[in-house]
Amino acid sequence: MPEMVKEVLKNLFSKPATVNYPFEKPEPLPTTRGTLTWDMNRCDECQDCERVCPPMAIKVFPEEKKVEYSPFKCIYCLLCIDNCMQQAITHATIMAAPDYKKRVELFEKKQ
Amino acid sequence: MSQNKYTVIPFGPQHPVLPEPVHLRFVVDEDKIVDVVPNLGYVHRGIERGCEINDYKRNIYLCERVCGICNYIHGMTYSEAIEKVTGAEVPARAKYLRVIWSELGRLQSHLLWLGLFADAIGFESLFMQVWRDREVILTLNEKTNGHRIHLETNAIGGCRKDIDESLAKAYVEDLAVVRGKMENLRSVFYKDSALRAKTEGKGILPKGKAAFLGAVGPTIRGSGVKTDTRMTGYEAYGALDFEPIVHEGEDAYSRMLVRYDEVFQSFDLIDRALKEMPEGPVLNRNTKFPEGAGIARSEQPRGELFYYVEGNGTNKLSRCKIRTPTAANIPPLVSMLIGNEVPDIPTIIHSIDPCISCTERFVQVRKEEN
Repeated sequence: MPEMVKEVLKNLFSKPATVNYPFEKPEPLPTTRGTLTWDMNRCDECQDCERVCPPMAIKVFPEEKKVEYSPFKCIYCLLCIDNCMQQAITHATIMAAPDYKKRVELFEKKQ
Repeated sequence: MSQNKYTVIPFGPQHPVLPEPVHLRFVVDEDKIVDVVPNLGYVHRGIERGCEINDYKRNIYLCERVCGICNYIHGMTYSEAIEKVTGAEVPARAKYLRVIWSELGRLQSHLLWLGLFADAIGFESLFMQVWRDREVILTLNEKTNGHRIHLETNAIGGCRKDIDESLAKAYVEDLAVVRGKMENLRSVFYKDSALRAKTEGKGILPKGKAAFLGAVGPTIRGSGVKTDTRMTGYEAYGALDFEPIVHEGEDAYSRMLVRYDEVFQSFDLIDRALKEMPEGPVLNRNTKFPEGAGIARSEQPRGELFYYVEGNGTNKLSRCKIRTPTAANIPPLVSMLIGNEVPDIPTIIHSIDPCISCTERFVQVRKEEN
């Protein structure tokens, strides 16, 4: 293993390659796919997002003018954003944090 | 000592050397393995049935989850099979993009495996170094489409994303860094005495037997058989001429060298594909529903992947059959384990790069009474 000695010596004096996670958090890239938010002023309840969603994490109720979104079912494929004609959906760069319950997020239109 | 000559050692499904649950029963004569009985079925997930319940367009995302490591190639092969059935045309640029992302998947899979293999033989510093270099490729994945592992850039009739100039530049620059680091490890993989002592002559799979038992991927290429599904020229592989990498050693060491050399082949293919990629659209919208049956084959990091889809003109498939490379590599694994000693088991099991949860498909054989 003498070939690796150079790399090992370099590692002794360089910064660690890992992040000390719970205390330091890595910066997400701007492209990172995260949790979704609906802008209900733009949403026209057409149900396109519900139709394309692979894990069926979105439910749209056109009569009540509300959207139910389950971040624990979501696989963050962003097909809903690609298919939204009103550009009402935006995504954060952080995924949903772990939780004790599989909560559902509700987006409602203000009357 | 008992009166019986042989001892049976159960190995797995939970064992520190196994990345995934598979149960192997070793019949041993003192330290020598006499017989092996593999037993699968611990991580069955019912994906083929799921493909029949889902809408066929949503299935791309389900098929990408058959395997975490070679996810892109699963989605691509499923899309290819549907494109063959529906007669959808894929734009020329999308074909090159699919090659780039397939090779990126192969790179991260091979680097993962080289690290795991070093870990299995107890070479921890090599394991950490290779996995640190792999992070660069995972960051490239994240820059492309936002996730470190799952690319999800497939669509039926092309790709969802495109590589723009700044991203192409990042690909070239970052991959050159990884290439340099892997080049520095060449003397370790080719010459290191500890690594050679642990792997050379272990798990011998003769050339004739490899072909007879139907081994695929680096397992068969490590036995000196020149075969690679990429040579059939699917997507843009026909335009990028290359030769499959073959090593004649027939043992775990030569299977490792095949994977190490394939890393550099993938770097070359990505560079060439980025240069030769034509301009144009990346997605042709598919309007037909699948009717009839079609197959698609492609080369995964572990070997040949096969998809069979059958549609009936509706938005749901009537059958989707997946055959993953590890299913083909289990009979050769049993053959190469026999005759070796118990301490070499981890090395030999790792040498086929087992991906058990991809392999688990349920086959029900109905026996009619009378």
